[in-house]
Amino acid sequence: MLGKLSIDALPFYSWVAMGGAAVTVFGALGVFALVTWLGQWRYLWDEWLTSVDHKRIGIMYIVLALVMLLRGFVDAIMMRAQQAFALDSQGYLPPDHFDQIFSSHGTIMIFFMAMPFLTGLINIVVPQQIGARDVAFPFLNSVSLWLTAAGTGLVMASLVIGVFSTAGWTGYPPYSGIKYSPDVGVDYWIWALLVSGMGSTLTGINFAVTILKRRAPGMKLMRMPLFTWTAFCANILMIFAFPALTVACTMLALDRVLGMHFFTNDAGGNMMNYANLFWIWGHPEVYILVLPAFGVFSEVVATFSRKRLFGYHSLVYATAAIALLSFTVWLHHFFTMGSSANVNAFFGIATMVIAVPTGVKIFDWLFTMFRGRIEFSAPMYWTLGFIVTFVIGGVTGVLLALPPVDYVMHNTTFLVAHFHNMIIPGALFGYLAGYMYWFPKAFGFTLDERWGIRSFWCWIVGFYLAFMPLYVLGFMGMPRRMEQYNVPEWQPLLIVASLGAVVILLGIVCLVVQLVVSIHNRLEARDLAGDPWDGRTLEWMTSSPPAPYNFAIIPQVESRDAFIEMKRRGTAYSHPQQYTDIQMPKNAMAGVFIGGFAFLLGFAVVWHIWWLAVVALLGIFAAITGRAFNDDTEFVIPASEVEKIETERHRKLAIARKHYGHDDQTPVADPFPGGAA
Amino acid sequence: MTGAVTAEHEHDTHEEKTLGFWLYLMSDAIIFALLFMTYVVMVNNTAGGPAGRELFDVGHVFAETMVLLASSITFGFASVALVSKSKAGVLAWLIITFLLGFSFVAMEIIEFLGMIAQDAGPGRSGFLSAFFTLVGTHGLHVSLGLVWIVVMLAQVAVKGLTAPVGSRLMRLGLFWHFLDIIWIGIFSVVYLPGVL
Amino acid sequence: MRRIRGAAITFSTALLLSGCSMPALTPKGPIARAERDLLFDALGLMMIVAIPVFIMAFVFATRYRTSNRKARYTPDWSFSLGIEALVWLVPALIIVALGYLVWTATHRLDPYEALASTVEPVKVQVVAQDWKWLFIYPEQKVAVVNELVFPSEAPLSLDITSDTVMNAFFIPELGGQIYAMAGMRSHLNLLADEPGTFQGRNTQYSGDGFPHQHFKAVATTREAFDAWVEEVRQSSQELDAGTYQKLAEPTIGHSVTYYSNVEPDLFRKVIAKYAARTTGARGAE
Repeated sequence: MLGKLSIDALPFYSWVAMGGAAVTVFGALGVFALVTWLGQWRYLWDEWLTSVDHKRIGIMYIVLALVMLLRGFVDAIMMRAQQAFALDSQGYLPPDHFDQIFSSHGTIMIFFMAMPFLTGLINIVVPQQIGARDVAFPFLNSVSLWLTAAGTGLVMASLVIGVFSTAGWTGYPPYSGIKYSPDVGVDYWIWALLVSGMGSTLTGINFAVTILKRRAPGMKLMRMPLFTWTAFCANILMIFAFPALTVACTMLALDRVLGMHFFTNDAGGNMMNYANLFWIWGHPEVYILVLPAFGVFSEVVATFSRKRLFGYHSLVYATAAIALLSFTVWLHHFFTMGSSANVNAFFGIATMVIAVPTGVKIFDWLFTMFRGRIEFSAPMYWTLGFIVTFVIGGVTGVLLALPPVDYVMHNTTFLVAHFHNMIIPGALFGYLAGYMYWFPKAFGFTLDERWGIRSFWCWIVGFYLAFMPLYVLGFMGMPRRMEQYNVPEWQPLLIVASLGAVVILLGIVCLVVQLVVSIHNRLEARDLAGDPWDGRTLEWMTSSPPAPYNFAIIPQVESRDAFIEMKRRGTAYSHPQQYTDIQMPKNAMAGVFIGGFAFLLGFAVVWHIWWLAVVALLGIFAAITGRAFNDDTEFVIPASEVEKIETERHRKLAIARKHYGHDDQTPVADPFPGGAA
Repeated sequence: MTGAVTAEHEHDTHEEKTLGFWLYLMSDAIIFALLFMTYVVMVNNTAGGPAGRELFDVGHVFAETMVLLASSITFGFASVALVSKSKAGVLAWLIITFLLGFSFVAMEIIEFLGMIAQDAGPGRSGFLSAFFTLVGTHGLHVSLGLVWIVVMLAQVAVKGLTAPVGSRLMRLGLFWHFLDIIWIGIFSVVYLPGVL
Repeated sequence: MRRIRGAAITFSTALLLSGCSMPALTPKGPIARAERDLLFDALGLMMIVAIPVFIMAFVFATRYRTSNRKARYTPDWSFSLGIEALVWLVPALIIVALGYLVWTATHRLDPYEALASTVEPVKVQVVAQDWKWLFIYPEQKVAVVNELVFPSEAPLSLDITSDTVMNAFFIPELGGQIYAMAGMRSHLNLLADEPGTFQGRNTQYSGDGFPHQHFKAVATTREAFDAWVEEVRQSSQELDAGTYQKLAEPTIGHSVTYYSNVEPDLFRKVIAKYAARTTGARGAE
């Protein structure tokens, strides 16, 4: 009846694991109790969970990402703590628990922190930047969100019921095969990836079509803001790269569940094929993570240098070149597999070629600052920290692209330091810059600058403290994923690295404080005009937060940096002659159901509860079919309603203009209406 | 809201959905490309088990191919009927397409069961894992196509040939012909070299 | 280039004197040394781009801050052919130079290439097991667990496979690593400058005993090597199919064990257990 599931699945094997399970369970119960106590279930369901509004979906993605950032960071600091102590001893974590932690850290940070974070930013910003009212497929957007949430749910469930994979975030067979990993950990990993990967593919399709088809009149491709360009390239990569992950994971699942022999040692399996499939997805994935962050930096650096972006064409071509080249370098992840010198050299050179467009971008950002008037806001701090730190990561990356150097540095902590050096400044700093830059757009008030800058300093100092020692340890020959070690010289550096993790923890605390302080001060910090930074692109033309339809009148785009041009010409805030009815998509419950059933499906297959898998599949089928029969998916916001909303907006604009740069006591609506605060 | 605006809106949605569906098909094509690649890599990994030469019945597969190709033609007739707004024609051709598709899947299952009966199931060797997964994934797609045809039969019957229904039928057609092309690939890469 | 490399080597020596052991930077053999030199050459080349970035980031950020009203401000300046050409061409030229380095070095340091030497190489067959290393000396017909002894003047020619999950064989002071995979044979050639003792290990995570899967690699004189082989031959244990089966069981911290005799062809049989033909990333051999 319950397949392999029994009472033994509960984490009684260690106190630390039970603690993790308790935090998960009580956290979930706490949220449930809080919403019930506040009586907000209906509000949550009607306004958020079933919403197909890209801005709300974006916010939900980012909430998910921030929660998972905490979870992934707890994993990280536990690993650092373990290695700080575990010289010739077991530390406080038994091997199989430490191994679960490094596997879940990587899996969570890539799939359930970075992916939702960038998808959330794209959701909130891209439709507004291109002057659209919504994405091409609003319902599909909701499905993507809930598939991502279902994948996240599976990873979190593994904390309470059963175990997680110990095979690392890359899940290399044969170790991840049924013979060497007989428990359910790898299955959780597979199904979390398959389910959320499906969501990412759909997101890619959705936004590629949105950007190609929904741009405002006059917005030619070469007038698109750079964030939209990078989002577009990332979406194309999602469409073409994720199938490889789907294939790799499905084959691994077939090996494990049906006893096939794709990657087993015996019966003609070939694990090298897995390495190829996984990295055919894995390397483009790096650029899926990094490109949108590059887009954020491009927007931030132009806005806060008060200057046009330098080398727009170069930046666009560099972005496209990176996206194309990202498919030609996957083999550099396994130079040490014994390929011929010709093959290794080819992929080494291809890898280095990517450094050219990336370098060009760095210089273009620097020349955007050149002869600007740089305002050191929090997003600008993240950007500058990124530029300097990312170059170091780029240098170590090119080193690893030399196959003979890779033979020495591969699988060591040098590699770990390198990819954190790319992903933390190159992706996470960008997302955090984007979070602080666009927060007022999403919520109607700005985030506290001081706490944002404090967070930045903690993050960057913590980053250097945590990862520079790992570079050195790589030279000392320390492999990654060591639960304990026997070389005393490594310990001092590992202690420094763990201190770095503590400083990063302070950075995360600052982020939380920033949010709390900003919510508290939301009335003083409200963004009445919808344009707190004197923005250049169309998303700053809408109100903050925007009306459901974003733009009452679709703007006519005449140039790049369309909005700042409109402000110069004085046409930015003109009243139209009359408003028209606006058609918008209705909320939909099917997305939540599809996500819920996908979670059940994954859970059922993990535990071999086949009847439940069938029920879940039927549930998904019913939800999709039910939706397919529904042709009444839109509603109309009448012109009179639009006019009312827009009149209120112009009233606020007038106040903002009168008191520009000053605090004022004019009564305006609380930007957080009806909320818990 | 004027009628013209609605029609234009409808037209835009249809175009967007078509583009989105093409992108999905390209994504799906990559799945098949990687399955083909895996098959080619593993075709000699028979691990002492039977090779394709000993297993494939080319006559059976040729019949399967003909049935599937015929179903593509009959779907074409359904599309023609859709253009001429003939509800009965659409229904009739869809039913014929369904029957042909169903026969194809049935023939494939018979082939699979026959192989499993001679101890040549997917767990026998790397080659057979790759074979069953590649051909089976195509079969699964055809089966989902069959479910989709049933859903569309119901929609045509209940809703008639409205614009959204027509738009869906068009995408179903893309899907159906796409599976035909994939099958041609399977026939040429899997079965022909196996018997030549 | 030479000067940069010299400075870097001085720096790493200083680190070494301060108590850190940096096998990757203090090579004890020509392969490892060539790999390290390549690292520093590439690092030096990249500094041509990296250092200007650091300087520009600092100078631009301070000079063009809002409060400095003396600095020039050109809000609409967004293109300069000269700068564009420079930022595309300079990195591209560096990559051309690096690409040349990659091509030549990858061929020169191909781990499969036999090393030029007047002395016959010592052949060792390496089997990765959970969680230990088995070294078979086919010419001496002896086998050893977790200890690799070889004469320092002769190149070491290793055939490597795995009887478990994927492993990576690595002796940082002698040269780069290579994967050990079941049913496949990979190949690695190493050479030590002089007698010495080094730590070798598996670097590819492989389960619970992974941190303990290290071994002692000892380069000795020819005489000491011959004496050591004699010592191994005195062992009462022999390695045949039966004892091998037992040895292959997972163990953590397996002690150094000598086998005075080895079943002929054992290495090939370990591979054949998984594959009908001996193949590797380079196809059938």
